[in-house]
Formats: sequence, C-alpha cells, structure tokens
Amino acid sequence: MYPSRFDYHRAASIEEAVQLLGSVEGAKLVSGGHSLIPAMKLRVAQPTALVDIGRIEGLSGISSDEDGLAIGALTTHAEVAASAAVKSACPGLAEAAAAIGDIQVRNRGTIGGSLAHNDPGADYPGAMLAFGAEITAVGSNGERTIAASDLFVDMFTTCLDETEVITGVRIPAARGTAYLKHRHPASSYAVVGVAARVATEGGDVSECAVGVNGVTGCAVLAGPVSESLCGRPANQDRIRTAAGRVGESLDGAVGDLYASAEFRVHLAEVHARRALAAAASRAG
Amino acid sequence: MGRYVGHSVKRREDPRFIQGKGRYVANLELHGMAHVAVKRSPYPHARVVGVDSSAAAAMDGVIAVFTGRDFADGGCGALPCGWLVPDTKVPERPVVVTDRVMHVGDSVAVVVAEDPYTASDAVEAIEVEYESLPSVVDARGTTDADAPQLHDGIEGNVSYYWKLGDSEACKQAFAEADETVELELVNQRLIPTAMEPRAAAASWDAASEEMTVWTTSQNPHPIRLLLSAFTLGIPESKLRVISPDVGGGFGSKIFHYPEEVIVPWVARQIGRPAKWVATRTESQMTDSHGRDHVTVARLAMKSDGTFTGLDVETWANQGAYLSTFAPLIPTALYITLLAGNYRTKGVFGRVHGTLTNTVPVDAYRGAGRPEAAYLVERLVDLAADRLGRDPLDLRKQNAIRKEEFPYQTPVAFLYDSGDYDRLMSTAAANADYDGMRRAQEEAREEGRLRGVGVVCCIEASGPAPSAVAGSLGSAVGFWESGEVRVHPTGQISVFTGSHTHGQGHETTLAQVVADELGVPLESVEVVHGDTGRINFGMGTYGSRSACVGGSALVRSAEKVRAKVVKIGAHLLEAAEEDVVYDRDAGRVHVKGSPDRAKAFGEIAFAAYTAHNLPEGVEPGLDFVSFYDPENFTFPASSHICEVEVCPETWQVRILRYVAVDDVGKVINPMIVEGQIQGGVVQGVGQALTETAGYAEDGSFLTGTMLEYAVPRADLLPGIEVDRIETPSPHNPLGVKGAGEMGTIAATPAVANAVLDALRPLGVKHVELPLTPERIWRAVRDAQSAAA
Ligand SMILES: Cc1cc2nc3c(=O)[nH]c(=O)nc-3n(C[C@H](O)[C@H](O)[C@H](O)COP(=O)(O)OP(=O)(O)OC[C@H]3O[C@@H](n4cnc5c(N)ncnc54)[C@H](O)[C@@H]3O)c2cc1C
Repeated sequence: MYPSRFDYHRAASIEEAVQLLGSVEGAKLVSGGHSLIPAMKLRVAQPTALVDIGRIEGLSGISSDEDGLAIGALTTHAEVAASAAVKSACPGLAEAAAAIGDIQVRNRGTIGGSLAHNDPGADYPGAMLAFGAEITAVGSNGERTIAASDLFVDMFTTCLDETEVITGVRIPAARGTAYLKHRHPASSYAVVGVAARVATEGGDVSECAVGVNGVTGCAVLAGPVSESLCGRPANQDRIRTAAGRVGESLDGAVGDLYASAEFRVHLAEVHARRALAAAASRAG
Repeated sequence: MGRYVGHSVKRREDPRFIQGKGRYVANLELHGMAHVAVKRSPYPHARVVGVDSSAAAAMDGVIAVFTGRDFADGGCGALPCGWLVPDTKVPERPVVVTDRVMHVGDSVAVVVAEDPYTASDAVEAIEVEYESLPSVVDARGTTDADAPQLHDGIEGNVSYYWKLGDSEACKQAFAEADETVELELVNQRLIPTAMEPRAAAASWDAASEEMTVWTTSQNPHPIRLLLSAFTLGIPESKLRVISPDVGGGFGSKIFHYPEEVIVPWVARQIGRPAKWVATRTESQMTDSHGRDHVTVARLAMKSDGTFTGLDVETWANQGAYLSTFAPLIPTALYITLLAGNYRTKGVFGRVHGTLTNTVPVDAYRGAGRPEAAYLVERLVDLAADRLGRDPLDLRKQNAIRKEEFPYQTPVAFLYDSGDYDRLMSTAAANADYDGMRRAQEEAREEGRLRGVGVVCCIEASGPAPSAVAGSLGSAVGFWESGEVRVHPTGQISVFTGSHTHGQGHETTLAQVVADELGVPLESVEVVHGDTGRINFGMGTYGSRSACVGGSALVRSAEKVRAKVVKIGAHLLEAAEEDVVYDRDAGRVHVKGSPDRAKAFGEIAFAAYTAHNLPEGVEPGLDFVSFYDPENFTFPASSHICEVEVCPETWQVRILRYVAVDDVGKVINPMIVEGQIQGGVVQGVGQALTETAGYAEDGSFLTGTMLEYAVPRADLLPGIEVDRIETPSPHNPLGVKGAGEMGTIAATPAVANAVLDALRPLGVKHVELPLTPERIWRAVRDAQSAAA
C-alpha cells in the first residue's frame, strides 16, 4: 500500500494552515490521519500536499460550563470517551466516542477530522445532529459557527470550503443522551448508529431528537420519531411506536455485502428504541 | 512422556518474533535491489487489446516494464497443476497473461523500479485496453447452459468429475430408509488471511549462474522443483530457494504463484536483485482462496436412528485456473471424509470441479475436511431434529466403536485409532451438557434464543503414503526427510524438510530429537526452509510435520543411536550386545555397570577424530532418513458450543466453547492447545463473519480489511481446550495432526448451536456466515411459511 507522492507541511498555527490550504494547490489538512492516510494508501485520495495541524497548541482539550461542552478539534476519540466532563454533561457523546473503531483508532483519530471527513459509517455525525452541536471553523474569510445540520451535506461532503479548518465543537449539556451502534465486523464502522436525546419537563418529554448514521449516505435527523414522543411522558409503548417511525427518515438507505438497506432500517428501529429508552431514563 | 516430549516447553522461536527480530522476506535488503510491482486486472474476464507502458517506462526511477509476451518469449513456462485426477482438463495458466485476463487480480504487466513507491506510480501509469467478456463466478452456475464458456476444450467449464463410494449400497440405503433428511448448502469462499502477505525476492549470480529465491513458502523444495522443471527453467542444482521466517500460511503459501517466477526472471533480466511484497489488497485478491462449494446431500436412516446412507453431490469452484493442488482438496480430502465418525455404510460422493472467473481456490486450513465436517454435522443435526432425538445421543449411537479400529470406511480411508464415545463423553462432561440443555429450556421460557451445538469430527492428517497419493492423482510423493547431524562437539543440527510458519517446529522437533538421543534440548538446533541446507523436503501442510517430518527424525536418531552404541561399545572395550544406550542420561554404558560409560559427546568426538573406530565403521555421525508414512493419521474431536441469538439485532453471542480433541500423542501440550485455539477461531470465522465476496458481475467485493471480516478476540469467550489420547499406530511417535482439527470442528459446532437456538422459530438452515441479516431473513421466511 504505497501512496502517491505528496509534500508535507507542518503548520504552526491555524492561520498558517489556512494560508497553506489557500496557496498550495491540491493540499489537504491532516489531523489524526486515520481516515486520510488509509485512503491515500489505497490511492483513493491523492493529495499533492498534506498540511499537518496535529501539533498546533490549544486545539485540543475539553472544557465545560453549565451550558455545555467545548471540545477542541484535535481532541482524540479516546479523550472524549474517557472525559468525566463529557460523561456527565452529555453521556451519549462519550458513548459515541467509545464506540469508534478500536483503541489505536481512538488514540489517534480526532473529532475535527471525523466531522470534516463525514464518513457515512462514522459515529459522531448522528450524535452531533441529535445533540445539537455547533462547529467552529476558521478559513480565509475568518471564523464562523456552523450548526451540525448545516455541516453535513452528503457522503464525504461538508459545507466547509477548501481553506476552512474546524477548530472546535460546542455541545449543549444534555443528561438525557445515548448512543448505540451495530458495528461492522470487519471495519468497525457503524452499520447503524443511533444517537438519541430526550429532555423532560414535569414528566413530559419536552424535546427529543434522534440522529442516525451508517444507514444513509449522510447522517440524518429522524424527525417523525421525535414528533411522536413530545408532549407526553415517555413510556415503553410510546418509545416503541416512535422508534418504529425511524424508517420514514431513511429513504436513501444504502446496503453493502454485510447488510442490505432493508436490514439497516430494521436495525435502526431496534437501536432507536433502545437509545431512546436509555436517553429517557437518563433524562429522568 | 520423555524428558521433553509431553511437556509444555516454551517456544524457542518466540523471543525473536516478539522482539521484532524475525527475518521475513520483506525485511530482506540486498545491494542494488530493485522493486517489482504488478499491474492487475480490474476485470473478471476480458480480452487484453493492448498494453501501453510508454508513460510508465519513461518515469524517473523506472528500470523496466515487462508484459506477458516478454515472459512467454523469455522462457517462462506456464504454472503447472501438481494434482490431476483422471481426465482433468487443465486451463493454461501463464505467469503473466498475454491476451486474456481470467479473474480480478490476474497479472497483466510488471514494473521494476528503484523503490516501491515509484513502482506503484508506474503501475498506475500503465494503460491497458480491455474488451470486457461475459463472466461467471458461481461454482454451480458456471455449468449452466447459458454460462460463458471460459476455456477452449473445457466443456461446460467442468475441469473434472470425480466420484467415490458404493453407489449401489447408497441407492439401496435410500430405498430401504425409514427416514431421510436433505440439505443444500454452501461452503462459502474464504480468504486465508495470513498475518504476513506473500513476498518474493531473488538474486542472480551471473558468474556461477546460480539463482537464489527467497519466498514466503510453506514448502521451498517443491517450489524449487516447479521453478526448475516448469516455470523458470534453471537447473535445480543452480537454484536455491529459501523460506525464512514466514508469518502464517494456513495453506495459502503451499502453492506456486506467478510472482515467484516473475521476481527471479526479472532479477536475471536486469542483472540486479529484485523484490516484490504483496500489499494486503493483493493478498486478498491473488492468494488462493479456500472452500467455495455448493452441495446437495441427503442422509438415509432407520427409525431407530441408525445411519445407512449418505449421498452427496458437490460443485467445487476451482477458480480461473487450477492452483498447484486444487483438484486434491474437493476429491481425496473431501469425499473421503464423508463417512465422518460414523458407521454409515452406503456413502457415495461425487464432485464437479468447475472453473469460473475467480481467484483460484486451493487448500485452506483443513482443506476439504472442514467442508465435509460442516456438511455431515449439519445433516446429523437435521436427522436428530427429524427423529426427535438428542443430537449428542444420536451421534454416540452411530459413532464407530473403539474396538472397531482400524476401521475401513466405505470411502477409501482406513481410520487408525480413536475412541469417539469417550471423546463425546469428555466434551459433554466438560461442558456440563445436561446443564446447558436445562439452561436452554429456561432461556426459551423467557423468550431468549439459546442454542447448544455438538459435533464429532474427523480429520485425515499427515499426508500421505506416496504411492496412495500417486494413485489418487498426485504428481509428487509425500514422504518427509529428516537429517540428524551430530557435530564433533556433540551439538546437533536437525535438518527437516518440514517448514514452520507459526507452528513451533523449532521447539517440538528439538524436543523429539533431544529425547531420542537423551541430550539437552539446548544442544539441538532445528534448521528448515532452505534448499541449500536441507537435502529435500515436502514441507508443511495437512498437519503432517510431526507425523511425517517428526517420524523421519526419529528414524535418523535411531541410526545415530545405533552408531553411537557401536562406537561406544568399542571404546568401552565391550561387545555391542553388552552395552546399553541410556536415553535418560545420553550415554552408553556396560550393562549392569553404569559407571563404565561413555558420554554422548565423547562418542561424537571419537566419531570425528576417527582415531579409534571399530572395524568397518566410517567416521562421522550424520544420518538422513526419508520417511514415507504407512497411512494418514485420523485425529478426531468433539466440540460443544453454546450461543445466544439476540431476537432483535440477530447477533450471535458465543457463551461457551468447549473443545476436546484427540490428536494422538502430544509432543508439546501448550503448542497443541494454541493450535486448537487458533483453529477454532478460524472455524468460527467461517461460521460467523468471513466471506470472500464476488458480485454477480465478477467484481471482487472484499479487497481490504474494511470488508473482509476475520474474527476478533471479542467474538469468542475463552476456549476451553481438553484432550484424550489414542496413539496412532502408524508412526513411531504415535502422533496425529493437530493443526486443523480446531478449524474443522468449530464451523459446524457454531452453526449447529445457532440453528439449535433458532429451532423454536422453525428455521432449518441459514447459509454461512451466519450474519445477523441472514438470520433475520431466515426467521422472516420461516414465519411467513408457517403463517
Ligand atoms: C481501522 C479504522 C477503524 C475506524 N473505525 C471507525 C468507527 O468505527 N467509527 C468512526 O467514526 N470512525 C472510525 N474510523 C475513522 C476515525 O475515527 C478517524 O480518526 C476519523 O474519521 C478522522 O479523524 P482524523 O483526525 O484521523 O482525520 P484525518 O484522517 O487526519 O482527516 C480526515 C479528513 O478530514 C480533514 N480534516 C482533518 N482535520 C480537519 C479539521 N480540523 N478541519 C477540517 N478538516 C479536517 C482532512 O483533510 C481529511 O480530509 C476508523 C478508522 C480506522 C483506520
């Protein structure tokens, strides 16, 4: 597995990275390298240059306040999975991170890289949608904040322009969150991953969101599921009925050798039910 | 038990492996070495209209580009098939194709460059114009009237048809049967997946006209023979083939591959050493695959449960060409195993060896025997279900009795020894089989899908008596050579024609020789894998190294002992009959006077100084034996697997895995346990996760580890391994093969457990691997059939 020829630049700052991306033809950012390097080894990706942001100070780390979590783009999946702050403010996010790949992948892969890559089998995108994440990016036109629902456009495609670097993610605090996945036996990627968020007020479900990745080319919010739960207390039957509607949002389901589109939709319903139940019980 | 044999001596090879000091072909750096890469076909079947290598050849760092014509005109012969059953039609397999590609990954052109990166760039720069041709990938579908005809003169894409057994007895059994069960099943195609990808390197000495080839082979001598006699044409005396450390093979590294020819040919052509190392993707799409059978079978029985007849018809996909031993696997290693461990009389099997547009299929761990075991053991479970019998009980009823050995099956084999009843009882006791059944009942009451799978399996290992192999189609003999060379200091070099690529021969064979001679293990060194150091050898596969290779060493050690006694007696001034060889102490002493002794080392020294040898005794202490086994050996196993299937996601969880094996006498229990465990894991892989996928249009769907699912540690709980020992009477060590039993038993053990779990839902069969979706569909189909 030999990649084609490329140059390598190590950026000392975000500004330098943005500048390099704007000036070097065919350059690509690299963070943890755990999506990009495998693609280069298969020659599916053939960037002429890599701009490594992996050692930029201040891009990594997790902080939390009462509103929620702020996670630097270079924060690894292992750090997110192990973080006490994440487990307490948004347990579903820690579950999503812990479900990614294997130990080596979690120790190298970064949240910024995962979101920018937007792999259909990635675990974060559904969680970002369900948990209402906002992504910060810096590019040649300055900094902007992007809602998760705007970031993910299509399979391996985001709304970021070529010079934009994700710098961090903000996630509102939400106890009532959960993430569950059916992993591919070979790749470990999500065959189906379901993130659920449930908030309650006076015993009734006040807010609810379900994000699904792995089933369609790009992660989706399963609208009908949340609609059918809000305004009443969550109980097993209602959750089951709601989860049964997850398929309505999965029109573009795709299959592969391991699992067909139809089976993925079935699994999505099962996981939606379980994730909603876990989220509801955490929401109290 | 000896001082070493029977003990879990730690593997002597492991310190170098775990410290990264292994010497693999890929590690080889030779002065001026060029790097070879191969342009491969993305088409399953296409005419090669033209190859434009001008851009590649013009690249900086590219030394040469060669096409199929260059190899054909440059004296490369076609790759031969070394096992031909009667009337086999052999498609020509060029080293590099000239006009037609037959499978995805077939080699079209070869680049030689200064470094592997440039070589890969140049491969991309070669433009090949293809004219796509219709293709077929299915083992049975390829014989359909409307399937494309792949080779001139091979009608219906059938390379051979082979049958064995008593068809009349079989017919009669079915005519008189009280009950019959039928089954159509697929033994799916698998990728052997060794840790180390294949590699080859070569160095040509223009002055001496000697070629050295390093290759990741399980059997360097046969590779040298094939290179010399068929593909490369360099005399054996001028050709040295070295298989250094090899990181696993599982059968896939037995065969003679194109790259083994390409690399030395290139080295001679450019006058520089050359090396090729497969990428993982190349491994997955060019290493010979395993299994790939479609089978229709039925079992006849009496109402009391006695099996009376087994009728089997199999279509075995051999791929695009016949790999080195391809026709052996579904014939003499498959049909011959269909009697299983049972007394069934009317066994009759036939196989159609078919050609398709897929990677050639050949031996993969178990090779034919797992295919047979999976089929037979599924049928037995269906029979138990039909008769309302406990599957363990039904197996015991039909099992060959201890006192019936040696047992002649109706399909050629004469089983050596065994005690299948005890095997099954031990497995049942270790598993607490009755407790498992009770737990299953409770689980079912709670709506959980719990299943218990039981198997009793047979293997034929230690191939093979050469004359028998010859009569069955082999072009070679299957003896093994072993040389025990005692040096003047008493140190010993053991040269074996077997090859270790994970099995631990450097330890076990040293244990054998050290005990035979009564010398410390440390003084015995095992040398293997180099035609320049070992006279000849047939290599390692079919769990043969201990049975055949070990036995050759025992014979040589006996010869050493005899000479040591002769010289020792002379030195002690005693008659030969008056001295004994003390194998505990490693010395010769006068009977009744242990103090009048000569140590092994002293005698070795005397053998080389030759100052005082008995009359007529030559100097030196070095013996070679060529051991041709009398028979195969027949290991057996009973495994019990307990699973639970999630009734929502349909994932299978293995709760317990209990293995009891009889591999005859055990040389090193720790190593045998490791072999069983590793084998079980690979068998579970076939049951639950692995499948080499081709789309109907012939494109290959499992070219990376993203798609091809080898089992991982979290797929299994700890494997509980135990054994019984019925020594094989056919070899001096009493050993049977230990390398494949785990794989053979595990696939049906897991499949039976899963289908047992699904029984309340009316599911009778699910094809492997038992993925959640396949189970889900089977359950849905069963439920809609019931409704
Ligand atoms: C064996 C294996 C198994 C895996 N299993 C899973 C799994 O189960 N679930 C899962 O979700 N993922 C899985 N992954 C992918 C892994 O999580 C990656 O780490 C992640 O997708 C990408 O993060 P990275 O930092 O490695 O990005 P890189 O590979 O460095 O980059 C990926 C892409 O994002 C761009 N990029 C990187 N950082 C930024 C940034 N800050 N701003 C803008 N663009 C950026 C790059 O240019 C590139 O196009 C697996 C990977 C491997 C190798």
